[in-house]
Amino acid sequence: MFGSGTGGGQQIAREDASGLVKWLRNNRRALTSTLFLIVMLIGFTMANTDVFTQFKTYRSVMIALPVSIFLVVPLVFVVTAGEIDLSFPSVVGLASYAFVSIVDQGGDPLIGIAAALVVGAALGFVNGILVVRIGLSALVATLGMNFFLRGFINILVEGFSIAIPEVRGSLIHTLMTDDTIIIAGNQGIPNQMLWALAFTALGVFLYNRHSFGVRVHCVGDNPESAAEMGIDVDRTRILVFVFTGIGAALAGVFSVMINFVWWPTTGDGLLLPVLAGLFVGGTPTWGGIGTVFGGMIGTSIVAFIETGVIAAGLTGFFTQFFYGLIIILSLIFQRFNGGRVR
Amino acid sequence: MKTKHGDTIIELRNVTKSFGNVKAVDGISFGVRPGEVVGLIGDNGAGKSTLIKILSGVHPPDSGQIIVRGREVRNWNAAKSRDAGIETVYQDRALAPQQTITRNIFMGREIKDRFGIIKVKQQYEAANRLMREIGFTSKVFDPDSPVATLSGGERQGVAIARALYFDADLIVLDEPTTALSLLETAKVFGFIENVRARGRSIIFIGHNIYHDFDVADRFVVLDRGKVVMTEDKSAIAAPEVLIKHMQEIAELGHAADA
Repeated sequence: MFGSGTGGGQQIAREDASGLVKWLRNNRRALTSTLFLIVMLIGFTMANTDVFTQFKTYRSVMIALPVSIFLVVPLVFVVTAGEIDLSFPSVVGLASYAFVSIVDQGGDPLIGIAAALVVGAALGFVNGILVVRIGLSALVATLGMNFFLRGFINILVEGFSIAIPEVRGSLIHTLMTDDTIIIAGNQGIPNQMLWALAFTALGVFLYNRHSFGVRVHCVGDNPESAAEMGIDVDRTRILVFVFTGIGAALAGVFSVMINFVWWPTTGDGLLLPVLAGLFVGGTPTWGGIGTVFGGMIGTSIVAFIETGVIAAGLTGFFTQFFYGLIIILSLIFQRFNGGRVR
Repeated sequence: MKTKHGDTIIELRNVTKSFGNVKAVDGISFGVRPGEVVGLIGDNGAGKSTLIKILSGVHPPDSGQIIVRGREVRNWNAAKSRDAGIETVYQDRALAPQQTITRNIFMGREIKDRFGIIKVKQQYEAANRLMREIGFTSKVFDPDSPVATLSGGERQGVAIARALYFDADLIVLDEPTTALSLLETAKVFGFIENVRARGRSIIFIGHNIYHDFDVADRFVVLDRGKVVMTEDKSAIAAPEVLIKHMQEIAELGHAADA
């Protein structure tokens, strides 16, 4: 995969460094985005050493970043399967509404979480049916669902937000969002970041080592072949939408737990940063391949851009400019990992 | 039909399949006995591919019965076909080119535990062994290489390795020598002899009647979705006779003296 050289020399090189070369080859997309994140952070540190050598800068990013990670992990499965889901911002909103209304009425937060997961999975299932069984375009159908569900939320609550300060101090809230691993002073890594990393690890395992993830690869790569080999292509496709719904529910619950407030707009701003993170992370648009770890790194890149731009002494007006610049640069780097092979 | 109930691996009875107004398969009855090589012959559009896709479970038949080892199977699909010991090597190879050779060999039938976790090492070693068995000696690729890096013949090898690994009772080869070099074609025929020697059955679809005549024990000729002729090789003197039959079928819609 490296260069186009043929003949004996290349074969010998491969025998010598087979293990490492193979590992690099198999993980080149995730490694590219990881390298990009490191270079970007070094750049930010050079621009403002004070800010980027303090732990609290990183902590502030890690407070909200997990919400995006819960979304990007299942979205890597969706894109690998050759589909897309643009409805997740509203699924975040509606699933977390189920959670917050149960807690607001004095219900157990665990029951609230279960309800959010059911709502998220059900909405994902509806997306799956629309795309797979009815045959609508995933792009258009899930975009429509995004508007439809947000509209439904607005009709439901008529603009009112719901605060749940009562969860503060509860065991579930402590487990989800306190700092357990203390780094500096009384500040540590927020628990939601640990949960998000655990979720990423689960995603990586499911993606590469579980028959579900492997079948997602095959379906996205060549659906006709997958069907000929006895894979239930429709079922696999529906399941990736259900998985996204579950990820969106978790993202929504964490978002409300972090903020103590549910807004009718909860989830709204996530669409573009999460999708940008997904592609920046190294998952190509054409399906069949991708990287869950890279997706997590990609959303981290996107999350650090805003902090970095402000810390570098530029005004907020520059944020979007740098969003665009960094996204395009990182995609150019990913291009060196090759186009689609057939 | 010469095959009797009970002594076939798989038998189709009066199977039909339409696509819109086109009756691709129009009441075909057809069975395969253990250890025989059936040459399935017919012009383009005769229904060969549809018949194969019904056998392999990709297309469910509109009507008719599918009998596996004397027992009717309902809700026939690709997974059930593979469970019944039928492996199909498709004309398009049925590969996912961006995935590794290992992943392609085990596509749809991964070696996994009851939680669905794939036994990666076991699959890798089996793929490595299979690649050596079918004569992949190149060091340029290994079981972790994507299929996209392989030549046409090597891709066919991966598709055949799949059938080998699962030790199929019936292997369906749909135009297995299309786009292969002479050497690769010879390898495929060597493989067919090997499978026959082990007492397995084969359905062979070729575009070259001389090839079909060399490998098959029995010929089934299709025309416009129907079986128009079934004949053992012993009853046919030479490939030319078969070609003459084929020409008559094309002109008359049936064989003159079969």
